[in-house]
Amino acid sequence: MVSMLWLIPVLPLLGFVVLGALGLAGLRLPRALVSSVACGSVALAFALSVSCVATLAGMPEHHRQIVVTAADWIPPLGLSWSFLLDPLSSVMILVVTGVGLLIHIYSIGYMWEDEGYWRYFAYLNLFMAMMLTLVLGASLPLLFVGWEGVGLCSYLLIGFYYTKTDCADAGRKAFIVNRIGDALFVTGMLLAYVTFGNAFGIIEILQRGPDVAATSPGVVLAITLLLFGGACGKSAQLPLYVWLPDAMAGPTPVSALIHAATMVTAGVYMVCRMSPLYVLAPATLATIAAIGALTALMAALIAMAQDDIKKVLAYSTISQLGYMFLAAGVGAFGSAIFHLTTHAFFKALLFLGSGAVIHALHGEQDMQKMGGLRRHLPKTFLAFAAGWIAIAGVPLTSGFFSKDEILYKVFLSSPGLWAAGFVGAIMTAIYMTRLMSLTFLGPSRTHHERPHDAPPTMMIALGTLAVLSLTAGFGAGPLERWLEPVLAASPDTVVPRGAEPHEGPEMLLMILSSLAALGGIGLGYYLWVTRPGLPDRIASRLSGLYRAVKGKLYVDEFYDAVILQPFYALCRFLSGLDLKAVDGLVNGTGAALETSGHVLKLFHSGFVRNYALLYLVGAAAIVWYLVL
Amino acid sequence: MADAVPFGSIVLVSAVLFVMGILGVMIRRSALVIFMSIELMLNAANLVFVGAARSTGSMDGQMFAFFVMAVAAAEAAVGLAIIIAIFRRRRSTDVDLMSALKW
Repeated sequence: MVSMLWLIPVLPLLGFVVLGALGLAGLRLPRALVSSVACGSVALAFALSVSCVATLAGMPEHHRQIVVTAADWIPPLGLSWSFLLDPLSSVMILVVTGVGLLIHIYSIGYMWEDEGYWRYFAYLNLFMAMMLTLVLGASLPLLFVGWEGVGLCSYLLIGFYYTKTDCADAGRKAFIVNRIGDALFVTGMLLAYVTFGNAFGIIEILQRGPDVAATSPGVVLAITLLLFGGACGKSAQLPLYVWLPDAMAGPTPVSALIHAATMVTAGVYMVCRMSPLYVLAPATLATIAAIGALTALMAALIAMAQDDIKKVLAYSTISQLGYMFLAAGVGAFGSAIFHLTTHAFFKALLFLGSGAVIHALHGEQDMQKMGGLRRHLPKTFLAFAAGWIAIAGVPLTSGFFSKDEILYKVFLSSPGLWAAGFVGAIMTAIYMTRLMSLTFLGPSRTHHERPHDAPPTMMIALGTLAVLSLTAGFGAGPLERWLEPVLAASPDTVVPRGAEPHEGPEMLLMILSSLAALGGIGLGYYLWVTRPGLPDRIASRLSGLYRAVKGKLYVDEFYDAVILQPFYALCRFLSGLDLKAVDGLVNGTGAALETSGHVLKLFHSGFVRNYALLYLVGAAAIVWYLVL
Repeated sequence: MADAVPFGSIVLVSAVLFVMGILGVMIRRSALVIFMSIELMLNAANLVFVGAARSTGSMDGQMFAFFVMAVAAAEAAVGLAIIIAIFRRRRSTDVDLMSALKW
């Protein structure tokens, strides 16, 4: 069964080809057929993933590494369509196909009324194929194929409602910002190819890592930093995070699948995949940790003042990705992957829940126009509440375990970064409670008549994800042991493998985290439910700060002024150069000929004797020239 | 006999004839007179050719004079035909009235 590994990405690809080809041919398939092709291909991929992972689990611990080569790709470079299954990629394929399947099922109900039903599912299937290629790729170029493929699908799906300017613009923004990261990624990849003796294979690169690092640590530093630059773009970290909030213009299930659960975690996955190389470059790890912490804090701050329900969740995603990078930066790669997994569950749940709310309110996304939905959408409320307590980190939920583990590992490495993460955790609890309060609790501010729960296909996904969000935390121990052979232990981390000597601080930190979560929730509840007027008064007291936070700290405006406007100025200058200098040369040639023609035509008077005179002058001139 | 008329005098006469031809072309407006002036210039050239042939003792100049005569005859035939055609149409041979061929 494992030899069929290559089928995992190919199955959704087939779905894409079938749906896309029939759709382009103009055949309007019945919606039921489209959804069964789309969901069926993903379900098969999920089943195949489960069976492959089961086989992998049956192998001895240090032999869990399977490479399946499907076909040659670029033989001169030694590249083939090779897929790598090891504990790390096995976790990822289960998350991607599992969560992906649930979101496909959810989309049936969510997109039922939409004109572009087949187009939506074709893109979604293509996305699954590309994401699985990314995760399973055994060489950097193959990983990059998936990397670019998911970027393309992200662009297509953000701009799904392409007739709306906002959506098309948001799609382009995502695409262009990602190009910056991707350029860095390609540079890093090629540098790795040259450095590691013409090797593209991930396994070879990681094996040769220590030797190369011993002789030329600077190159390893450059490679890891460049690859992380790519991760910054894909995983929306400072300074390249600006595309993700705008990406919410796409359909909500897309936000859940691509911009919360799977694609944006690709950067985290890539860093963990290359972790044996990253631990050889401590400076890179320090950079990753710092950027992660800063992103986590900044995005959490911005999330506090947004009114669009999806924007809050988008900034929350950026913040949680920051936590993952923070974990990776201190060498706790296992914790990063664990948080990636739990985040995939609860953030997909929150997005799908917000989708159910938006669906019920016929497209309303402004939380100031919601409120009191608990009575109308009881099931959605319950599911959403599960996601809410999970992300806030209420004890025993999945988010609690994963975030607490990250904070613990960070504390062992650097108490300063821990403080940043801790403040971020409190803010997470506050802004999520604000979202919850404004949406489901308090008095109703909506003008829609009787909103009601979504159809069963949508509720199945919500329910499953809610259960996973609440319980996945208990998988922490097994997951850590499962991942141990693939992930590098950081030389700087004080955590020795297998041993738990720091029982004292761990308990203390766990209690602190619980207090942060419950305190944040309590504070949020007090502010937005018990004393609903208070936040506005605080906002008017701190009007400068509030406006800055509400205005997303003016990062977009800053980029506009510092990067875009000079760029436009350069464009205008070059355009002027083209219009004036280059075109001037061409037009000038014509104009010069025309002018000389105008002058010369004066000699053509039509009078014979004039011509005779000119002839005489000419003859005289020739004679004069010859004689003298 | 060989030096009865010096070559310099011949050139002088032909130059006088040639300038008369030029002036005729430049000054007169009748196409017919301009035509005759052109003949004058051709014959001035012929005179130099023949004179030069005589002073150098070579036949080249005489040969050229025959060519010029032949060409002048052809030119006279064509030119006169054109002038007659124009005269039939316009009742005039004034070249200043024939200025339609211009830009």
